Amino acid sequence: MLIALIFFPFVAALATLLAKEKAKHVAFGAAVLEFALSIWMVMQFNPQGGTQFNVDYWWVPSLGISFKAGMDGISMLLVLLTTFLVPIIILSSFSNGEAGSTSRVQPRDLKSKISNLPLFYALILMMQMALVGVFVALDGFLFYIFWELALIPIYLICLMWGGKDSFRITLKFFIYTLTGSLLMLVGLIYLFLQTPGVHTFDIAAFYKLHLSSGEQGLLFWAFFAAFAIKMPIFPFHTWQPDTYTDAPTPGTMLLSGIMLKMGVYGVIRWLLPVVPLGVKEWGTMAIVLSVTGVVYASVIALVQKDFKRLIAYSSIAHVGLISAGIFSLNMQGLQGGMIQMVSHGINVVGLFFIADIIMSRMNTRTLNELGGIRNIAPSFATYFVIILLASVALPLTNGFIGEFLLINGLYQYNAWMAAVAGLTIILGAVYMLVAYKKIALGEINKLTEKFTDLTMHEKSVMIPLVIMIFVIGIYPKPFLDIAEPSVKNILDIIQGATIK
Amino acid sequence: MTTLIILAALGIVILFSEIIGYRKVVLPLIFIGLSLALVATVMDWNTNRHYLSEMMIVDNYAVAFTALMIAITIIWFIFSPGFFHDQSSRVDHFALIVFALIGAQLFTSFGNMIMLFLAVEILSIPMYIMAGSKKSSLASNEASLKYFLMGAFATGFLLFGITLIYGQTGSFNLQIISQSLARQEGGGGVMVVAGILLILVGLSFKVSAVPFHFWAPDVYTGAPTEVTAYMSTVVKTAAFAGFFKLFATCFNGSSQIWVNTVIVLSALTIIVGNITAVYQTNFKRMLAYSSIAHAGYMLMAIVALNSYAQQSIFYYAVAYSVSSIAAFGVLLLVSHVTKNDSIESFKGLAKKNPLLAFITLLAMLSLAGIPPMAGFFAKYYIFTAALQQHYTGLVIVAVLGSLIGVYYYFRVIIAVFKSDSEGIEIPMNGIYKAALFFISIAALVLGLMPGLIAGLL
Repeated sequence: MLIALIFFPFVAALATLLAKEKAKHVAFGAAVLEFALSIWMVMQFNPQGGTQFNVDYWWVPSLGISFKAGMDGISMLLVLLTTFLVPIIILSSFSNGEAGSTSRVQPRDLKSKISNLPLFYALILMMQMALVGVFVALDGFLFYIFWELALIPIYLICLMWGGKDSFRITLKFFIYTLTGSLLMLVGLIYLFLQTPGVHTFDIAAFYKLHLSSGEQGLLFWAFFAAFAIKMPIFPFHTWQPDTYTDAPTPGTMLLSGIMLKMGVYGVIRWLLPVVPLGVKEWGTMAIVLSVTGVVYASVIALVQKDFKRLIAYSSIAHVGLISAGIFSLNMQGLQGGMIQMVSHGINVVGLFFIADIIMSRMNTRTLNELGGIRNIAPSFATYFVIILLASVALPLTNGFIGEFLLINGLYQYNAWMAAVAGLTIILGAVYMLVAYKKIALGEINKLTEKFTDLTMHEKSVMIPLVIMIFVIGIYPKPFLDIAEPSVKNILDIIQGATIK
Repeated sequence: MTTLIILAALGIVILFSEIIGYRKVVLPLIFIGLSLALVATVMDWNTNRHYLSEMMIVDNYAVAFTALMIAITIIWFIFSPGFFHDQSSRVDHFALIVFALIGAQLFTSFGNMIMLFLAVEILSIPMYIMAGSKKSSLASNEASLKYFLMGAFATGFLLFGITLIYGQTGSFNLQIISQSLARQEGGGGVMVVAGILLILVGLSFKVSAVPFHFWAPDVYTGAPTEVTAYMSTVVKTAAFAGFFKLFATCFNGSSQIWVNTVIVLSALTIIVGNITAVYQTNFKRMLAYSSIAHAGYMLMAIVALNSYAQQSIFYYAVAYSVSSIAAFGVLLLVSHVTKNDSIESFKGLAKKNPLLAFITLLAMLSLAGIPPMAGFFAKYYIFTAALQQHYTGLVIVAVLGSLIGVYYYFRVIIAVFKSDSEGIEIPMNGIYKAALFFISIAALVLGLMPGLIAGLL
C-alpha cells in the first residue's frame, strides 16, 4: 500500500504527460485520489503501533542499500499534509473558470503555454512522489535519493515558468541546496561505514551507533547544513526570498508549504536521534540561529513593499520558531513543531494564493498601490482576514496551537529565548495587519476599483483551507494524537543516548 | 582472445573493401563484426584465461571493460555516419577506429608491461590520425600534431618507467614484478620510485590529469566532434582501465611511493577541470574540461584501491561513457544543423525538439551527478571507496568540484529550457533517435538500479 502511495503520483505524472488538453483534470483527479488513499491509510493507522505499512526490498544488496520505508505518526502527519495540499495547489493553478485563460501559470509567452501545461502538472506530481518518499524512507540512501529527486521538478518549475530572471535565481537556489545535500551525503556515507558487520543504510542501525561526541559534532554540522538550508534557517536563507518571489505561485506553494517541511522532518528523523551527543553540544547554537532568524526575518518583513516577498520573510520567521522549538528537545516543543508544520503549510499556501489573486487582477503586488479592496470584494477580504489571523496565531485558529506549544517548549529550555522568540507573534501581527490595512482597507483607488470578488473556483480553493484552519484551531487533539507516540519514541532515543 | 581475433579480422576486411569494392556494405559489416565481438567477449565471462605466457589475462575485469567499450563503439558508429560521408577516404577511418578498439581491449587485459606499451601505442596511433582527419581544417591539423607530440612524450615517459622497473625486478610480468617489489626492503630504492613515478606521469598524460592535461582541450576542440566523442569515452575508459589495473595488481604493495602524488593529481584535476569548464562558452570545449574533471573523480578510485574501488571505477566508467556519448550525440545533431559548437546553439531546443531536450536534460543531470541518474551513483560509489580509506579531505574537494560542475552543466539545461529564442527544427532519423533515447534511458535505469552492474566485479 505504501508503494502505491509513493509511486501512484509518478504513474499519474506520466498519464498527465499523455493527456494533453485534459492534463489539469487528470492531475487534479490523481491528486484527489492520492489524498483519498492517504485518508484510507490514516483510518487503518494505529498511533501506538510504531512504524506501520512497512516495506523492505533489497535494492543494491552488495552495498547494503535497501528500499525500506514505513510510516509512524510523524511521517503520517506530513504525508497527510502533502496529499492535502497538492490537490489544492493544482486547483489553485487552474484558470478562473473561463475556458482557455491560463494566465495563472504563465504570465508571459502565451504561445507555448498550452503545450507545456501537461509538463507543468507532471512535474508537480513527480514532486509529490519525491516528497512522500522523503517522509516515509527508512533507509539513508533512499532518503537521500528522494531528497534530491524533489529538487529537480521544482527547479524545472521555477526555471521554466518563473520570472524574467529565473535562471540566475534558480541556479543559486539549486547550488545552495545541493551544497547542503552533498555534505549530508558525506555524513550518510560516514555513518554507513561505521555500521558494524555488513554495512547498511538502515536507520535502525544508525540509531544504534554510539559514536564519540567529536564525530557526532562534525556529523551534526554535515546534516544540519542540509536541513538548515532547506528550511531555511538564518544565515542560510539568502536563496529563499528571491526564489519564492520569482517562482510561479504553485511552485512557491510547493516550496513553502511542503518542501520546507522536508528540512524540519530531516531534523526530527535523521538528526536528533542519530547524533544526540552532537545535538547536545551544538543544539543551543542551532536555537540561537533559529531565534535570530525569527527576529531578523520579522524585522525585514516589516519594511517589505512586495506582498509575496513579505510572505516569504514571514515564512522564515515561522520556520525559525519551529526549528527552535524542536531543538529544545521536549514534548511540547516537538509536538508544537509537528502541529505548526501542518498549520504553516496550510496558512502559507492560503497567503500565497491571496497574493496570486491580487497579482492576477491588479498586475502588481506592491502594497502601497493597493487599498480599499474590502469595499468591493467582501468575501475576498473575509477569507483573507481569516488566513491572516491564523498566520498571526490568533486563538481558535491553527497557528495559535502550534505557536503556543512551541513557545511553551522553548520556555522550558530557556526563558529568555522564549521571550525573544515570542516577539515573532507581536511583529508578525504588526506586519500582517499593516499589509491587510494597505490592501483591503482605506479608499478605493484607480487600480483597485476594477477588482472583482472571488470566483467559485477560487472559493473552492479557500474553503478547504479555512475549514482546516478552524478544525485544527478548535480541536487539535486528533492531530496531536497521531504524532505523540512517535515523538515520544524519538525523545526516548535521545535521552537514552545522552545518559550513557 | 576470440574478441581480439574478430576485431583484427574486421579491421582488415574493412581495409580490403576499398580495393575489392564493397564499400556500400561496410557499415552493416561493422555492426555485425562488433556485435560478434561483443558476444565473444561476454562468452569469456568467468573463464579467466591466460594467453601467450601471461601476456594477456582475460579476467572478468577485462571482460567487463571490453564489453563496455565495444558497446560504446557500436553506439558511436550509429551516431557518426555523417562524419564518414563528409570525408573523402572514409573506409580507412572505419578501420582505424576498429584498430583503436583493439588497443583499447589490450589496455584492459594486459598481463605484461610489454603488452601495456603495445596497447598504448595501438590505441594512440589511430587516434593521432583520426584527430587530424578533417584535413582541410587548420584546427584539426593542429589538434593532430599536438596530440601526437604530447602523446609521444607520454609514451616515452611510460617506456622509460617500464625500463627502470625492469632493471630493478628483472621482469615484465605484472605478477612477478609485484612479488619482487614486495620482497625488496623499503619498496626498492631510487629505481623503483623513479620508475613508478615515470609510469604515473605517462599514464596521467593519457587520462589527461592535471597538470598533464594541456593537450586535451585543444585536441578535443580541434578534432572533428565524432572523434572527440570517441576519445572522451572509449579512449578515456581504456586508459583508466589500464591505469587502475596496473596500479592495483603491480604497484599495490608500494602505494606509499605514489599515493600522495595521486591524491594531489586527483584534487588538482577536479579543481582545475571544473573551474576552467565554468568559463567555456563552447559546448565541445566545456565537455573537454568536464572530461578532465571526471578523470579527477576516477583517480580517486586509484587512490582508494580497496574492495569498493574496482567496482566503483567500472561503474563510473559506464556512467560517464553513457552520459557523455549521449551528450555528444545531441551535440552532433545540433552542430550539424547550426554549424556551431557553442552553448548558444542549444538555445530554445525544448520548444521544437522536446525529445532532444529531454535527452540533454538526462545527460547533463547524469554528468553533474544528480540523483537518480547513473552519474550520481557513480560519484557516490567512488566517494564511499575513498571515505572508507579515510581520505575525507579529498572527498570534500570532490564534493566542492561537483558543485561547480552543477553550474556549468546547468547552463546547458537553462539554454535548452529557458530561452526566448524560438529554436530550430533538428531532423533526425529513426535509428539515431532510438540509439540516443536508449542510451539516455540507460543512464537513468543504471542510476535507479545500480545493482545491475554494481556488484558485477
